[in-house]
Amino acid sequence: MNNQQNTPLLEMRNISKDFFGNQVLSDINLTLNEGEVIGLVGENGAGKSTLMRILFGANMIRETGGYGGDVLLNGEKVNFSSPFDAIEAGIGMVHQEFSLIPGFTTTENILLNREPVRKNLIAEIFGDRMNTLKRSEMDERAANAIELMGVNVDRKMVISDMPVGHKQFTEIARELSKEQLKLLILDEPTAVLTEKEAEALLAAIKGMAQRGIAIVFITHRLQEILSVCDRVIVMRDGYVVSEKNASDTSVDEITKAMVGREVAKTDSAEGKNRSFDQAKTILSISHLWVDMPGETVRDVSLDVKEGEILGIGGLAGQGKLGIPNGVMGLYQAGGKVTFEGKDIPLNSPRRCLDSSFAFVSEDRRGVGLLLDETLEWNIAFPAMQIQNKFLKNYLGGLVKWRDEAAIKEVTDRYIDELAIKCTSSKQKARELSGGNQQKVCLAKAFALNPRLLFVSEPTRGIDVGAKALVLDALKKFNRENGVTVVIVSSELEELRQSCDRIAIVSGGKIAGILPAASSVEELGALMLSQVI
Amino acid sequence: MKKKKFDFRAALRRSSVPLMFIIICAICIPLSGLSANMLANEIVTRMGRNAFLILSLLIPIMAGMGLNFGMTLGAMAGQIGLILASDWQIVGVPGMVLAMILSIPISVLLGLFCGKILNMAKGREMITSYIMSFFINGVYQLVVLYMMGSVIPIKHTSIKLPRGYGIRNTVSLLNMRQKLDNLIPFSVKLPFFGEIRIPLMTFIIIALMCLVIVWFRRTKLGQDMRAVGQDMEVARDAGINVERTRIVAIVISTVLAGFGMIIYLQNMGNIATYSSHSQIGMFCIAALLVGGASVDKASIGNVFLGVILFHLMFIVAPRAGAAITGDSMIGEYFRVFVSYAVITVALVMYETNKRRAKSAEGKKLAEAQKGEG
Repeated sequence: MNNQQNTPLLEMRNISKDFFGNQVLSDINLTLNEGEVIGLVGENGAGKSTLMRILFGANMIRETGGYGGDVLLNGEKVNFSSPFDAIEAGIGMVHQEFSLIPGFTTTENILLNREPVRKNLIAEIFGDRMNTLKRSEMDERAANAIELMGVNVDRKMVISDMPVGHKQFTEIARELSKEQLKLLILDEPTAVLTEKEAEALLAAIKGMAQRGIAIVFITHRLQEILSVCDRVIVMRDGYVVSEKNASDTSVDEITKAMVGREVAKTDSAEGKNRSFDQAKTILSISHLWVDMPGETVRDVSLDVKEGEILGIGGLAGQGKLGIPNGVMGLYQAGGKVTFEGKDIPLNSPRRCLDSSFAFVSEDRRGVGLLLDETLEWNIAFPAMQIQNKFLKNYLGGLVKWRDEAAIKEVTDRYIDELAIKCTSSKQKARELSGGNQQKVCLAKAFALNPRLLFVSEPTRGIDVGAKALVLDALKKFNRENGVTVVIVSSELEELRQSCDRIAIVSGGKIAGILPAASSVEELGALMLSQVI
Repeated sequence: MKKKKFDFRAALRRSSVPLMFIIICAICIPLSGLSANMLANEIVTRMGRNAFLILSLLIPIMAGMGLNFGMTLGAMAGQIGLILASDWQIVGVPGMVLAMILSIPISVLLGLFCGKILNMAKGREMITSYIMSFFINGVYQLVVLYMMGSVIPIKHTSIKLPRGYGIRNTVSLLNMRQKLDNLIPFSVKLPFFGEIRIPLMTFIIIALMCLVIVWFRRTKLGQDMRAVGQDMEVARDAGINVERTRIVAIVISTVLAGFGMIIYLQNMGNIATYSSHSQIGMFCIAALLVGGASVDKASIGNVFLGVILFHLMFIVAPRAGAAITGDSMIGEYFRVFVSYAVITVALVMYETNKRRAKSAEGKKLAEAQKGEG
């Protein structure tokens, strides 16, 4: 008890981590005392999650070569070989995705796999798993955990009947029911909660801290951080860029620290004086909702002008990916979408493609490509299916043969234009690198000659050189063919470079639309404005 | 008020299969012209014959592995046990107990194998176990047709093929026939049904089995199985050994199916060496589904309701068919066709319900948003 003052509960020293040469964390130092609440904020990809995974002993960290630096718990160096070790040592983590059994009651979920049992004779022979559960004790322990949280949750209710907020509370109660719990990591716990529930959760956090549990609170809602945390740590690009007492900082200061780049701002003004105020609206979205897991769109209204490049940005999980996926009908959606004055029925991908939309999915290996087919097939297939291109008609259209020569010609043209690195147009798509696969996806969409092109995360997971090429190809396609392009991307800088206007999505709604020349700070503030 | 109506419709949808069978039976019973006494006796006999087998299906459903078509594997193990016991001339109940003991190691081995394979085919358990039952049937034929008598000593010529090895098409279990059923002779006289003979000992065993299943649900293992059945990933994150739990579920089911087969055959009084096991899986699964079970949910109540309705149809349909068309084959045909149809309907309904639940979620989301906006 005496050394409590000197030795912090948790100390992380000089933590560094790279994924195969890609440095994601550098020289992170962090201390945490008993009963302290720290807020951890940063853009997506700033390294928050990786840092927490190191602390929690996630398998993924070891599989990718471990980490540098030391983690000290109560002054002793620890190195967890699995999350179960971390749990044993008193660390609990509530993940963004629920980890609950839908048909179990709150009580059963709280004590999942830690149920108290009553010994019996059969268990002596067949092993411990034949012991029966002690329902009464389970109930008691669940009640205690819920009380510790200070929120009222029905212990007998089945998870699948519960509102989202209560599911979140159940998760937290599960961590609290572990007696050894000393440190609780909450990864965006309020993201799914209504305002009232979030308030209750914040109260619960304060209560837990008073009982001596240290809490790491990750969120994008900066107001919450300020109201509940003792200290705020801002991360950016794998570094801790600011660490301050919550009382000494403000939302503006944190926002600036989060998004402000140190690198000289690239000139994004190139060709930026294009104005589309007079252009007619090609696509109009009103009150769109999309049920895409993790990217829920709540109420989006947006007009896309003919001929422009519109960027859609925002933090992960705020719904920006849901917009193209919903409009294209890949997820359940509702609302009204008008394209060139005609209503587009939702939830019917074929109708969208018929209306000369094209969509380059963020999931290029899953949705975008026929991995085991040749590049020719990949590029020509949709055009063939949808527009009857590359087909020779015989017998008055009864028999349709593929026009191999035309297919080869168009494929070679795109290989050339987009600088796709491959051995020939007959190579299998699987054998290409990520960047080149992305280019094939674009070529496929270009081959459809769409009037409107949706591109989702076009540069995700590809290297810098390929990024520039992909963005240039999009720009060129837009300029030369007059095709309207909508780019959805998490990278603000990229949007600022290639778009005419940028719409920022926050909390499943459009927080605002700014010209691409706007400052990063302005856009960053919008990104955080309605985060839920 | 609105909620109540919704519940009623959902309940109606859930119990549509049993309701359909109640209607079929209600039409067929008067047409068949069978007496109440005979019907009641038949149902009681068939309940004793089949209930244990069907109970063996419950545990894999609990573990989320669907309908265990692989129960045929246990049935084969039970038959091998019975063939050996009858060759060694161990008669009556001791013979059955011996057959059960012999079947355990075979069932466990087959169950382990089946469980391992099903772990490699998560989400496709039913089709995998169904095809696997064909595969193991081949192995069973190899053992029974070629190895018994040549490698495995078989003494009695009455069960051996004349060529010196292999087992005859039919193995008589005359000295074991209904020995368990009649261990405690018992019959009741009911006002309307008349005298009904009850296979009391078999019923006691079935009742015990039900108790074991109820108890099993309360064990740690039972709880783990339910967790694994609903969400494997979550269960794994909580530290439950998912693969092992699933294998245990299949092993238990296979062993119980072996016991069930022995009880079934002692009632029949003979083994159709090469066909008894192959239909039993299908009929048991059909009966369970008729009782209102689904691919992911089944209770002991479903088992008994299923036995009664399915076998009532079995008994009355051929007679009713004969009464209407003059051809008893119609009814025979009808009952086979119905059992396949029931399984198909159950599988389709399972998928539809899953999709319906999903779109209901979407609707809920939309409404929630309307409220917010």
